[in-house]
Amino acid sequence: MSQWKAICRLDDIPRLGAQVVAHPEGDIALFRTADDWVFALRDKCPHKGGPLSQGIVHGERVTCPLHGWNLALETGEACAPDVGCAKKFPARVEGGVVLLEL
Amino acid sequence: MAKQKLVLIGNGMAGVRTLEEVLKLAPEQYDITVFGAEPHGNYNRILLSPVLAGEMQVQDIILNDLDWYAEHGITLHVGKRVTQIDRIGRKVIAADGTSAEYDRLLIATGSQPFILPVPGKDLPGVIGYRDIADTQVMIDTAASKQHAVVIGAGLLGLEAANGLILRGMDVTVVHLGEWIMERQLDKTAADMLQASLEAKGMKFRLAHQTAELLPAADGRVGAVKFKNGEEIPADLVVMAAGIRPDTALAEAAGLHCNRGIVVSDTLQTITDPRIYAVGECAAHRGIAYGLVAPLFDQAKVCANHLAQMGIARYQGSVTSTKLKVTGIDVFSAGDFMGGEGTEAILLHDRSGGVYKKLVLKDNTLVGAVMYGDTVDGSWYFQLLREGKDLGELRDHLMFGQSYASSHLGDTGHAGASSAASLPDSAQVCGCNGVCKGSIVKAIQEKGLFTLDEVKKHTKAASSCGSCSGLVEQILASTLGGAYQAVDTTKKAICGCTDHNHGEVRQAIREQKLLSIPQVMATLEWKTPNGCATCRPALNYYLVSTWPHEAQDDPQSRFINERAHANIQKDGTYSVVPRMWGGLTTPAELRAIADAAEKYQVPTVKVTGGQRIDLLGVKKEDLPKMWEDLNAAGMVSGHAYGKSIRTVKTCVGAEHCRFGTQRSMDLGVKLEKMLFAMWSPHKVKLAVSGCPRNCAESGIKDVGIIGVDAGYEIYVAGNGGIKTEVAHFFCKAKDDAEVMEISGAFLQLYREEGWYLERTVHYVSRVGLDYVKAQVVDDQENRKALHERLLYALQGEPDPWAEITQGPRRKEFIPITLVA
Ligand code: SRM
Ligand SMILES: Cc1cc2nc3c(=O)[nH]c(=O)nc-3n(C[C@H](O)[C@H](O)[C@H](O)COP(=O)(O)OP(=O)(O)OC[C@H]3O[C@@H](n4cnc5c(N)ncnc54)[C@H](O)[C@@H]3O)c2cc1C
Ligand code: SF4
Ligand code: FES
Repeated sequence: MSQWKAICRLDDIPRLGAQVVAHPEGDIALFRTADDWVFALRDKCPHKGGPLSQGIVHGERVTCPLHGWNLALETGEACAPDVGCAKKFPARVEGGVVLLEL
Repeated sequence: MAKQKLVLIGNGMAGVRTLEEVLKLAPEQYDITVFGAEPHGNYNRILLSPVLAGEMQVQDIILNDLDWYAEHGITLHVGKRVTQIDRIGRKVIAADGTSAEYDRLLIATGSQPFILPVPGKDLPGVIGYRDIADTQVMIDTAASKQHAVVIGAGLLGLEAANGLILRGMDVTVVHLGEWIMERQLDKTAADMLQASLEAKGMKFRLAHQTAELLPAADGRVGAVKFKNGEEIPADLVVMAAGIRPDTALAEAAGLHCNRGIVVSDTLQTITDPRIYAVGECAAHRGIAYGLVAPLFDQAKVCANHLAQMGIARYQGSVTSTKLKVTGIDVFSAGDFMGGEGTEAILLHDRSGGVYKKLVLKDNTLVGAVMYGDTVDGSWYFQLLREGKDLGELRDHLMFGQSYASSHLGDTGHAGASSAASLPDSAQVCGCNGVCKGSIVKAIQEKGLFTLDEVKKHTKAASSCGSCSGLVEQILASTLGGAYQAVDTTKKAICGCTDHNHGEVRQAIREQKLLSIPQVMATLEWKTPNGCATCRPALNYYLVSTWPHEAQDDPQSRFINERAHANIQKDGTYSVVPRMWGGLTTPAELRAIADAAEKYQVPTVKVTGGQRIDLLGVKKEDLPKMWEDLNAAGMVSGHAYGKSIRTVKTCVGAEHCRFGTQRSMDLGVKLEKMLFAMWSPHKVKLAVSGCPRNCAESGIKDVGIIGVDAGYEIYVAGNGGIKTEVAHFFCKAKDDAEVMEISGAFLQLYREEGWYLERTVHYVSRVGLDYVKAQVVDDQENRKALHERLLYALQGEPDPWAEITQGPRRKEFIPITLVA
């Protein structure tokens, strides 16, 4: 059964950056946009498994550090012409605390 | 100073290419006005054939749309034919009275189709094949009429005939000569070509002379009558019997013409040095060229002269020919007929449909003609232009480049044109695993023409970019004459902006912009916070232009520079401690060994840069490992950065029996001077103690070689993707002078280089002479540059220590979930 869990403070994630959350089923990447939205994706690029958390965040996208795929943070979908998807986790910020539905 | 006025007559391929080159070299020098008789912007005339064949649309072949002229502040008069050049008043006047004054005039009026002087030549339905209008007439006529006659079986005539057949017409090609394309092919190749065109339905009348064109009842052309009395029906007659340089205007202005407007090696008319001529209208050393490659060479030289650089000379071109009929491969170049004093190597497989003839003179290649299998065309063409003695290559020549190079090792042409001979299964882009076959397929099926399009659709060359050159060759060999290499110097940085690197650098410097958001606001970025291409570039431009003032933004750096370590394919990292000049001590080696054991490093490797790499480290272990190495006195090696990498040294006069200078000592001093230097791309140096050059100084960004009297400095070498030998820069008398000159050179590169441009690319863009003038000749400037470098690097901390002791350390540690 999934439930919301408090993970960290918003300020623990750099703006236009990411933080890794260790999880038994595989790391999760928590991204923070310029306007303080937070998104969560499995930290594994659909291309060759690159750690998305290490990429460059721009707009609501992240560029994978290994071969430059762009993924939409909102859905985890790769941007055209690439095809693939990183699993998305619901995330929100409440009173400066980041919550993740796991 | 008021700008000078440059007027171009003829809005075609050669003229506009010259303008593009001028804008690149001297964007501010001229107010430019263009007159074009056709009602369009500049388009790729070559591609009229694919348009006629229905393989492309008119909008696909536009090279410079009207926005381009507006963007560059060029006044464009489309649909206006210039009818007079007033050389005394220095102005040109068009048919409708529009006039423009000039300081310099460029004539690029191209050619006119040669119309046979036979009765009936003016009947409706008789046309040449030159422009969009002619092509449209053919397309329209094909929709309602049946019989077409093409006069002339040259390149143009056959492409016209092929297009008309594809549009459903019944086409006869009439030719005066004994065989088709006799100026490009020998009889054997021509016969094979003719047979395959006949298989497509094309009919031929060879050795036939046209006597008269007869009208039909409706007043249009109706039939062609030959000298022998025979008549064939013709609703459309396309005259493709040759072209004549369009010199009427120039002649009327008193410019000397002789089969073209006569020009010198600087493309100035010999009559009036203010007036230049390029393209098919110009006659250089007695030749008026009719293909674009030589015209583009002319454009380069002419622009160089217009920009008052005045160094380039046009020496004439060797041309090669390809026929653009899909599914048929023909190639010829040079003296393919052979004759007195030449010998030919032949391969003729009639049923396989392959014919190759190579003509040799004094053991050099002077001509080639091929039918059926033309993959090696560009290789032969290169050998032919170089005119080198073939040596042992001769025995393998006929079997093509891949065979010859696999049997002779690198013949000095490796990579230059190997794309065509690669099998479809060969992997081209190692990063994205894209093979040649899928690139070719995408080019053909999706109609791709540029490197950018190929990157988007196949991902090839979209990552490290090392295969871009190969992809461009594949584009060239797949598209043939339709391929136009893009000019990267004026390309926008990325899709987030219309500005190019040069403009952005200039704005940051002139308007003192200090942060990425400020640059984006000032230059009206189209995206809220850029992308992974522009942000790292902007970050570099800011920190290099305004050291100690602009804010460095880690989030705008590629992960390697953010984590101060190279990311590996499995998401682990590598650690490379600096070993100044490649020197180490037992204590350092012991500390490295301890760290490797403590953090269970799977691979320990000696790098090509004279130091040790610890590969496969978990990100969370990085700060701990750095602390241990810092404690042993070691700092970051920046093996991950667009930054100073290594200074390789040889043992030198310290130990070596040949050494003339203390290379280890100088290498260490240089590396310390440059510590923590960010740059447009990575920077590598080497110091060798004598000309035996054991530190490989000849392929470094800055290479130093000790000689008896001091040192020789070499710059802009590169040992990577494409090996480039460094240029000799200057001599230096002692260590202090080497440090000042190297520092000044690198500071110039840091201030003017574009992001991801290595010194080799920077120097070839701005010219070695320019760099020498700034650094070698102007001693004041050299000092100032060197001081700016030292100021920028002053107090730069070790990035490892900065992280282990600063707030960013927690970014390296994952958050763990508590149940
Ligand atoms: C570790 C090392 C190979 C080795 O084991 O010896 C190495 C490893 C890499 N090189 Fe290199 N290069 C290494 C010496 C070289 C050399 C030789 C040298 O420096 O003397 C060259 C040719 C010299 C030159 O640069 O001109 C070299 C030319 C390249 C290039 C092509 C650069 C070019 O301008 O053409 C790249 C690609 C790039 O930088 O875009 C590259 C890129 C890379 C990267 C960083 C690829 C990447 O982006 O991940 C490799 C990281 C591997 C990893 O996973 O950690 N590496 N690389 C060498 C590190 C030297 C050091 O101590 O810092
Ligand atoms: C169908 C076709 C296929 C071709 N295929 C190939 C090929 O595969 N490979 C290859 O290398 N070459 C090919 N060519 C040749 C190539 O297109 C020409 O060599 C090239 O376009 C010549 O460039 P230019 O600038 O000299 O002339 P153009 O491109 O013809 O430009 C001259 C322009 O000047 C204008 N003009 C003339 N007089 C005046 C005036 N008084 N006032 C104002 N404007 C004027 C004309 O209207 C024209 O637009 C082909 C040509 C054609 C027609
Ligand atoms: S280390 Fe260099 S040469 Fe080796 S695979 Fe990586 S980039 Fe290529
Ligand atoms: S693993 Fe992400 S782009 Fe290749």
